[in-house]
Amino acid sequence: MRKNSQTGEGRQRKERIIRFFFFSVALTSITILTLIVVFLFWEGLPIFCKVSVYDFLFGRYWYPTDDPPDFGIFPLIVASLTVTAMSAVISIPLGVMTALYLTESASARLREWVKPIVELLAALPSVVIGFFGMVIVAPFLQEIFNIPTGLNLFNASLMLAFMSVPTICSISEDAIYSVPLELKEASLALGATQWETIARVILPASLSGISTAIILGMSRAIGETMVVLMIAGGAAQLPSSIFDPVRPMPASIAAEMAEAPFRSDHYYALFATGVVLFAFTLLFNLVSEHISNKYRQVGAATL
Amino acid sequence: MEHSLKIKIKNLVFYYGNFKALHDISLDIYTNQVTAFIGPSGCGKSTLLRCLNRMNDLIPISRVEGRILLDNKNINDPNVDVVTLRRNVGMVFQKPNPFPKSIFENVAYGLRVNGIKDKAYIANQVEKSLIQAAIWDEVKDRINDSALGLSGGQQQRLCIARALAIEPEVVLMDEPASALDPIATQKIEELIHQLKKSYTIIIVTHNMQQAARVSDITAFFYLGKLIEKDDTETLFTKPKLQQTEDYITGRFG
Repeated sequence: MRKNSQTGEGRQRKERIIRFFFFSVALTSITILTLIVVFLFWEGLPIFCKVSVYDFLFGRYWYPTDDPPDFGIFPLIVASLTVTAMSAVISIPLGVMTALYLTESASARLREWVKPIVELLAALPSVVIGFFGMVIVAPFLQEIFNIPTGLNLFNASLMLAFMSVPTICSISEDAIYSVPLELKEASLALGATQWETIARVILPASLSGISTAIILGMSRAIGETMVVLMIAGGAAQLPSSIFDPVRPMPASIAAEMAEAPFRSDHYYALFATGVVLFAFTLLFNLVSEHISNKYRQVGAATL
Repeated sequence: MEHSLKIKIKNLVFYYGNFKALHDISLDIYTNQVTAFIGPSGCGKSTLLRCLNRMNDLIPISRVEGRILLDNKNINDPNVDVVTLRRNVGMVFQKPNPFPKSIFENVAYGLRVNGIKDKAYIANQVEKSLIQAAIWDEVKDRINDSALGLSGGQQQRLCIARALAIEPEVVLMDEPASALDPIATQKIEELIHQLKKSYTIIIVTHNMQQAARVSDITAFFYLGKLIEKDDTETLFTKPKLQQTEDYITGRFG
């Protein structure tokens, strides 16, 4: 009896130690993340002593090495947003429809083959996709559309779309697949066609998962650096057509950081650009969280 | 009440891949009667039920032989539109499966997918079906709330209302009360009793007392074969076959 109670105490102590261990690990990750964010703001905010927030965000000219320099990142923001939006226009229908095809139309055998292949696409390093866009797609675009350069907004959007399709497809597919068969049967038994069932039951029931998939795909596109650095064209200008070269925020930071003198205005401006980028990705995540909560639909009935 | 032949099942054989799930079933089902399918698990009663609205079409490896005539037309004929068939042969499932939509939209769903746009008609039909399914009084004040907030028994009656809204001729019920408590079960059974005045009802049940209470005709299945079929009272009191008697008295199954 006595021995037992001692073991009980020992076990409880072990539980406490384990709990403390996990708490410390969680705390470490959170602390590091917080420190990175603090650092980002610390290094970024000093630029606003030189340039007003408004001029920084909405200034039309980005000439950081001119004398006097211009620190207006509006063209970079517009570039990031248009590239992301255009890639979303391409990747959302592709990704979601592929997912629908795989879950609703494809035979089980085909699904087993195609799904891992689509997921493997996500494993392609972005530099490979960038290289492909540069060497294959750019000359092709240049020739077909008779434009001065194939390294432009359209090419970058296309390549980013390819990068987001696997994410969107794979996560949407899981969401669609997890819609209970009972709901599908209920719809079909009421005389709905397969398409009506997809549109009115399956898509609404998986909307939260699909939204999450889309936002994750878009977050990947907006934060992606290598692809836009290689194929967006690099011109810090407001695009007037989809075939204009642009300079999205991550490309600008990556290209210029090595050349900006430590703690110079240019250096601060690049960090401030990072803050803006962070704000956008944060916004994306908040929106996705909101959508997934708002449209969360519990699957089958619970008794 | 007049009973005319509604469904004639002739020499029906059903395969899941190589497994023969139904052996040469022949059975007549009449209007305004409740026909119960009883038998132990895996005896093929649900499979047979799901043949009647071709729900088994969803299973790619399944195969049907023989004929099922609904109003003298073979439902497995290639030119039969399965969507129209399912419109006429409604189904209530074992587990309540309301859509994650409002109560109103659940019932209106069948009307909407069948192309009805008239809002007044839809509203009227929804109310009528909910009254018919004996759930109107419980939900009339929260018709736009999510159906998932209802209790299990209410959800199942909602599913019945949903099936009734498109005015099918036949209603298939696959163990509709097996997931419910006794009070909810009693409500469903009373409901079935009411519904047979206007519909042809086929119910699959595990529960023999339930079959005895609600049905007019009972068919006993075992291992994919139709063993015996008779008036419910006769089958439960004077079964012809020893096998049937053993099952209904609980000696096996």
